[in-house]
Amino acid sequence: MRAHSLISLVGAILVCAALSPLALAKETGLVFISNEKSNTITVLDGQDQVIKTLETCARPRGMHFSADRTEFFVGCADDSVVAIYDVATQKLLRRIRQVEEPETFDLHTNGRHLYISNEEDATATVFDVQTGEFIAEFETGEEPEGVQVTADGGLVFVASEAANLVHVIDVEAQEVIKDILVDTRPRRFALTPDGKELWVSAELAGIVDIIDVEALEIIDDIAFLPTGFRKEQVTPVDVLITKDGTRAYVALGRANHVAVVDVKRREILDYILVGRRAWGLALTHDESKLYVANGLSDDISIIDTASRKVITSIPVGMVPYGILIDDH
Amino acid sequence: MITKAVTAFLVAWLTLSGVTVAAAAMKETVAFAYLQRENDPAYAQHRAYTGLVLRDRMPPLDGAKTALRESRVIGRSIGIKFELREAMLGEGEDVVDALAALIGEGIRFFLLDLPLQDVARAAGALADRDVILFNIRHGAGELRGRDCSPVLFHTAASDAMLMDGLAQFLFKRNWTDVLVLEGEEGSDLVLSAAFQASARKFRLNVVEVRPFVLSNDPRVRDQNNVTLLTGDADYDVVFLADTLGEFGRYVAYQTYRPRPIVGSEGLIASAWHWTWERHGAPQLNQRFDRIADRRMTDADYAAWAAVKSVVEAMVRSESREAGTVRDYLTSEAFTLDTYKGAPGNFRSWNNQLRHAVLLHTHNAVIARAPLDEFLHQTNTMDTLGQDEPETGCGFE
Repeated sequence: MRAHSLISLVGAILVCAALSPLALAKETGLVFISNEKSNTITVLDGQDQVIKTLETCARPRGMHFSADRTEFFVGCADDSVVAIYDVATQKLLRRIRQVEEPETFDLHTNGRHLYISNEEDATATVFDVQTGEFIAEFETGEEPEGVQVTADGGLVFVASEAANLVHVIDVEAQEVIKDILVDTRPRRFALTPDGKELWVSAELAGIVDIIDVEALEIIDDIAFLPTGFRKEQVTPVDVLITKDGTRAYVALGRANHVAVVDVKRREILDYILVGRRAWGLALTHDESKLYVANGLSDDISIIDTASRKVITSIPVGMVPYGILIDDH
Repeated sequence: MITKAVTAFLVAWLTLSGVTVAAAAMKETVAFAYLQRENDPAYAQHRAYTGLVLRDRMPPLDGAKTALRESRVIGRSIGIKFELREAMLGEGEDVVDALAALIGEGIRFFLLDLPLQDVARAAGALADRDVILFNIRHGAGELRGRDCSPVLFHTAASDAMLMDGLAQFLFKRNWTDVLVLEGEEGSDLVLSAAFQASARKFRLNVVEVRPFVLSNDPRVRDQNNVTLLTGDADYDVVFLADTLGEFGRYVAYQTYRPRPIVGSEGLIASAWHWTWERHGAPQLNQRFDRIADRRMTDADYAAWAAVKSVVEAMVRSESREAGTVRDYLTSEAFTLDTYKGAPGNFRSWNNQLRHAVLLHTHNAVIARAPLDEFLHQTNTMDTLGQDEPETGCGFE
């Protein structure tokens, strides 16, 4: 039994007294969107209605659930803080302070250690999410961004946008064991479910590089070019791979599309038109809906993944960045 | 005995040169030289009447330092330590002699923060050497044309690029009738000529070119009174060529007709601006500010881009040789992250870095050129500046 389930239940009933079956489930069904420029978090209910806008710390970007999914973390670059909220009540529980300009992060499989990219500081730092204690620091290239922990917790990858490097941190040795040269402006990661391939978006090259996790070398890449766009307008950022490892979704930034990719064949199946400068992506647990944060049109697009069509778009705050969905 | 002495000498030398034995064994050093000239008139302060400093130009050394700082971890990954050495030329010292001495010390990559004639002379004299010279200051067409050199690369935007960007914007807004006001300085005339060339290229109509005079003399009030100077003509916009800035700051709100000002005041074309907030620019601006404690200028941007270009070419070509690096810089494969969206690379016909032009006011970037509406048969970036058919450069 989850500690906050009672609060969750009461909260959900109060918020949407209207008969949502989701609200009675263990999860809240809520969707959280960080708005980088308005310093807020937009909260959607299970029907994708905006039910709340939370004031948060300055320049909120990366978000992540805690291991038990009762809490979520928000990185605020301009306050150098990671704020920790209760999922059910959206109350601020505590803060990890003195985290130099956090951008994104990933939670280690031990559930305690948050690996954070410190954008202005050319470092990746590790903090304990329960005690707020500083654990470790690693030197990276300038503008570290994407962070990815492997499923066995053995490695952590950090992308450095300005150095065109993917740094590989060996968790046990607590050191950077390799800097992998990738294409221009690496941003975000996705691992295939078998853990063998690491996909990394190279924003300025308009491609996704595929790294063999065992050899730590690039083995292939996929270039994106929706019809009617010039190469320089295609700036991929977020990448997601489905749980069965068959499909990948890649947000193409300035090209205002999301690419659908056959992971095994490394073939592009489709491009879906969304809002302006699509960056952040999130899938529902059943993978039927894909949420897309459109940074320059201040809205999110919601895609029905079966038909590959946008079913709705919802205005949120200024420059939406990250999306979390509490549906399992 | 001898071995001991040699070892002792080596240790002493390594200690003196500030390099630990381990680091020396691990890493190779690649040095950039940053050349300046003593009492360079470009950095003389231009004081306005009340002691206000309107155009306080700083040598863009901090732009190079920012790029060096960014290259530390990149160097770690390829076993190179990048260094920046500063060299100050004495008054009357020949730039070619100074470069020869630095080449003798093993330096192959040079950032020239020097007067125009020095850059032209160095580029000509070293044309067949395995070196790379960067023009980080001048927009002059002749350096990219008549005086071009295979060893001279331009990370500074050309005057033609900047003015083409501005002309595109005016055309797009349908502000096609332009009144040009130009000052008496040589640099004012160069700027005015560059704008007029861009106006012809983009079919703007220069209704009249009127010289202004910085004075209070009532006898020339038709040239020093802005309202009189801008009367008796029909125009959509005023282009102002005033590189000193003292006259220009009084032009807005004084024109006979209520028209916007562009050029030296109002809407200004630059390679960089501290308020640019797309394509990662805030991060670059903040990194620069940490090192320099001031706002990043387009000159800083040019110095930054020079160092970044060499580092990127070394990483990708896996070579430290100037000749190989130069070949890579001019190859199709080269890509520089310009922080302005479009990938940067060098034009094969004159070694000009392709990069976007920012059209900005004092506190906001209004547009980025090339504007979407302006197309080109091969690369939209080549709608800015001298394109291949027009080049006066013959080194290709």
